[in-house]
Formats: sequence, structure tokens, C-alpha cells
Amino acid sequence: MDKSWKAMSPDERLAQRLDGYVAMPGFEFASPEAEAAYRERATIIRDAFEMRVPKRVPVFPSEGFFPVFHAGLTMRDALYEYEQVAAATLAYLDEYQPDAWFGSLALVPGRCFDILDYKLYDWPGHGLSDELMYQMNEGEYVVAEEYAELAADPSGFFLGKYLPRVFGALEPLAKMPLLPSIQEMPMTPTALLAFGLPDVQAALHKLMEAGTEALRWMGVMGGLAAQVRALGFADWAGGAAKAPFDAIGDTLRGTKGMMLDMYRHADELIETCERFVPLMVEMGVSAVNMTGVPLVFIPLHKGADGFMSNAQFEKFYWPTLKAVMLGLVEEGCIPVPFAEGGYGQRLEIIADFPKGKCIWWFDQTDMGRAKEVLGDVCCIAGNVPTALMTAGTPDEVRAYCKDLIEVAGVDGGFILTNGCGIDHARAENVRAMMEAGREYGLY
Amino acid sequence: MSKELVNAIADMREDEALALARAMVEGGADPTGILEDAREAMDIVGQRYEEGEYYLPELMMAGEMLNGITDMVKPVLTQAPGVERRGKVLIGTVAGDIHDIGKNIVTFMLDVNGFEVLDLGVDVAPEKFVESIREFQPEVVGLSGFLTLAFDAMVDTVAAIEAAGLRDGIKIVVGGGQVTDKIREYAGADAYGDDAMGAVNLASEWIGG
Repeated sequence: MDKSWKAMSPDERLAQRLDGYVAMPGFEFASPEAEAAYRERATIIRDAFEMRVPKRVPVFPSEGFFPVFHAGLTMRDALYEYEQVAAATLAYLDEYQPDAWFGSLALVPGRCFDILDYKLYDWPGHGLSDELMYQMNEGEYVVAEEYAELAADPSGFFLGKYLPRVFGALEPLAKMPLLPSIQEMPMTPTALLAFGLPDVQAALHKLMEAGTEALRWMGVMGGLAAQVRALGFADWAGGAAKAPFDAIGDTLRGTKGMMLDMYRHADELIETCERFVPLMVEMGVSAVNMTGVPLVFIPLHKGADGFMSNAQFEKFYWPTLKAVMLGLVEEGCIPVPFAEGGYGQRLEIIADFPKGKCIWWFDQTDMGRAKEVLGDVCCIAGNVPTALMTAGTPDEVRAYCKDLIEVAGVDGGFILTNGCGIDHARAENVRAMMEAGREYGLY
Repeated sequence: MSKELVNAIADMREDEALALARAMVEGGADPTGILEDAREAMDIVGQRYEEGEYYLPELMMAGEMLNGITDMVKPVLTQAPGVERRGKVLIGTVAGDIHDIGKNIVTFMLDVNGFEVLDLGVDVAPEKFVESIREFQPEVVGLSGFLTLAFDAMVDTVAAIEAAGLRDGIKIVVGGGQVTDKIREYAGADAYGDDAMGAVNLASEWIGG
């Protein structure tokens, strides 16, 4: 019998998760060739992560909605036609043969948001035309005066305050009782009253309806994910988490609110970020436990170059992001922070992390400098620009990839991919990127 | 002139800055002088931003303080201060994209640096840019975009301006999100701006003053 999870060290947990990721015990592949291809792909990703020299540089686009658009589908189709999305994905993988599929995270079921009357985003049919990417309506969904309440009980706050604000159909949840008031028998009935109210019941029914749709969607997407793997493609994300600063800044306080809070509510902001650390760790770990893929994607937003000074980054942003990353490491997961925008200013700061425990994925950062500063710390991934993939020529893409491998691929510890999702890339550029990766990425 | 007020704003001491301004208004100080102090403070903020000492929190705090002080001064202002504008800039987020934070910061920095800015908002159709260029007659047009779908919208917008015969008289700058110099080339714009001061510097270079 294996050692119990609790008794294992973080390194033992990581080894067990990684062994599972590479071996996929009990998983049925489409063919022996597909199984061999999967093993090779998962192994080179593992080798790159562990800062060894892999057989070759892993190469795959950060495909975004490219497979959907490449198949001639619209953004509306991407949200509503699950089977068509699955077919488009398989066609894309078959055509380009990337080492990994980043996949399903950006794909969401539109009907769930229709049912719940989601206010936080616009999407095709809801404020946007069929071709357009869904987009967030930034705002102060939580006001600064609510920090203390949010920090005291994030789950209660989400249930009774935040959800009613961002989902029209869930407005009645503002009547939710304080759940910890369900104590002894005599104290319980009053807490049940709200659940008897017709509008609250209607809201709960909407949640059930959305849940049913989410399950239907997962039936298709889960099947797709299994099929993708069965065909021999590795997974690049087994879960997601966020930097606490972004978790609060992106969808609760908004960029402006958050930036002003750094002056007006500094202590509460930091305290609330700290409160979110265990929640973000749990968010990543629970997804990894479900998918069996140890990589946790952490999209970073408001700590990018130009947003704040390094002193502010070290005070407000990095401590709790680092804590989330360390919390994931503790559970044997691999944090994959994705530094959207530039991170050149921050490299020396983020280098303060245990060796070989994460993958920093860059977008517009100078990869030569990234390699110089982080080369002894962790694997780095990136960063063929989306602009180049969309507006450049295949020759330019090839030359960029060649340079990138020469600079960032030295001694392994490098994964060739894009910055942001390549949604509208030219197909010949995607091909050029894959070819360049194969040609120049051999060690 | 109050050096104290200028420094309080420039050093991000919001409560103190607002209290000082209030005391000045209540004490009967010349309202245009108060606005002049605020403007001087904004110059310092802009310099510090350009030098890498200040970032977005400071720009946004400065904007808040400027708004607060303007609101206080307005009721006692007998005549609008004769601000000499350096030139006109038309700005907007291109069609299909509804992001505005970056654009708003650029608009704010252009405004406090003396440019007359007309902000068309988000999801601005090429025809709307064309129509507004005819009416507003800007020297500079700024196209903002956060998403990759903005690349083609920028191409379409520049093409529409060209087709309307308005391209020769103006300079076009692009910026935001995933936009790079490659997209400047792709869209046929004149320049790519990396941040808010980049936009101010480009406008200054083109318009002069």
C-alpha cells in the first residue's frame, strides 16, 4: 500500500501526480501509436518542467478560439454548439499535431449564462454580435466599504451579495440566511424560511437548470478531453487558480477600484487578499484531483509591467500570489502563472521561489532576460506574439521561433508556445510555428 | 499659488490635498489659481509616471483628486479658465471591443497635458470615426483595442478613414493589450504607443506647442 497522501512530502505528492500524468494508468488510448505519442509528449513536458533537457522542445499553440474560427464557426457557435466545438478541436489537433491542448478553459456553455442572466459579461446574443469574443463589463461589483464583510466570510458574501449582483436570475439570493446560524434544533427553522419564498425558490430552480446544462456541456467537453488524450495529445492545464489580487480586482472591485484601494484601503486590501489564498489553493487542487493533470493555470492581470511599481508589486501583489503557488506546490501541483502583458520589471522578484517547482509562462516579456533571471529557478514557456501570429508572415514566425529556441531553449527548461490565445491567427503561421518548433527544437 | 497644495496632490496625500483646496475655496482664494495649482501638480505626476516612479494607482489617484478639486471650485468659478489647448485628439476603442480602461487613462493624460480630447467611447464603428473626424477635425486619431479582434477592426478603421479621403491630414496611433508595432504596420497607422505617456509624447511631437 502506498503511503497515505497526508504522510507524503510535497515532492512525493508531485512525483505521484507526475507519474500519473505521464503513465495515465488504466486510460485507454486509441492505438499503441497514440499511447506512445502521448507518453513522449507528457514526458518532454515533464522534463522541461523539471529543468532537464528533453528529447525536444515541447511545442503547441495557445490555441484560444483558433480551432473554432479555423473550422468556420462563429463565436456564437463556440458558446452554444458543443458538438461542433468538439469536432473543430479534433480537426485542429489532427491538422497541426501540437504536443498539448490547452483547451477547454476558455470554452464555456452559453446557455448557462442565458439561464442565469449573467451581467458581468457581454457575449454573442447578449450585447455582442455572433462573431465577437465574450467580454467583461468591468465595474465595482463590490464597494470598498464591503472589504471587512468579504474578508470575514468570502463564501457567505459570494452567496448573498456577489452572486445576486452578477446574475440577474439570482437576485433573490440576497435573502439567503447566515448559514452558520443553523445551529441547534430551535434555531434552525428561522434560517429555513428564506428557502420557502417563491422568488428564492425560483432562483434556486434557475441554478438547478443551469447546473443541468453545465452537466450536459461537461458530457460533451469531458468526452472531448478524453478523446484528445486518447489520440495522444498531452494536457496543458488540469485546473485554474488566480492571484488573490486579481481575484478581488478583476471581477469584484474592478481595475480602478483596486488601484485606488492601494492608497485608500491598503490594509483591508492586503487582508482580503490573504483571506483568498486558501480559497485559490483549493480551487486549483480540487480541479487537479478531478482531472489528474497537475498543471494549474494562473492567469495574471494587474501585476503586469506598467500597472504598479515594484515596491507596490512586492507589497500588494506578489506575497499572496506566491502563497497560492506555494500552497499548490505543497499539494504536489505545478503552478503555471501566465504573465499576460510584460513582466520584465518583475523577473528578479518572482525569481524568489523554490527551484523547479513552477512554470512561468510569458506573453510580452523579453525571453532572453527571462532565461537569464529565471533559468536556474524554473521552466519558462512562451512567447510567440499573438500580433505576429495574426499579422506576420510564416517566415517571420519561423525566424521568431528559431531565435526564441536559441535564446530560451538553452539547456532545456523551455516550452515553445504563444503569449495570449491566437484566436485570429493565420493558419499558415500556426503551421510555421509548429514546423519551426519541430525543426529547431531538437536537442 | 499654494506650493502646499501642489505637493499634497503630487505626493498622493489625498485627504490633505482636498482639505487644503476646501480651505482655499472657503477662504476666498482665486479659484483659477487653485486649478492652476492642480494643473502644476498634474505635470509633476506626469513626469514621475514617465520616469517610472508612478504607475496606474497614482494616475488614478491624481484623477480623483483633480475631479474632487474641480467640483469644489466650479461653484465659485465666475469664468471658465482660458486654457489654451495644444491641439485636438480623437480617441476611441475600435469596433467589437468594449474595453476602456487603457483608453481612459490615455484620454486623461492627454487632457491634463493640454490636448483637447474627444473620446468616442468603446465599440466605435469605422464610420463613426470618419464622421467624427469630419466634425471634430483632430490632428491625431487614437485607436485603442484590448482583444485580438481589434487588429482587424483597426485595419478596417484606417481603411475607412483613407476611403473617406481624410487620411492625409491626420496622424493615427494604435495601442492597447496585444497591440504591437506589428499591428501598427498591419493597420497602416503612423505609430504604436506603449503607454499613456507614449501617447502624450507622440501627440506633442506631431502637434507641437
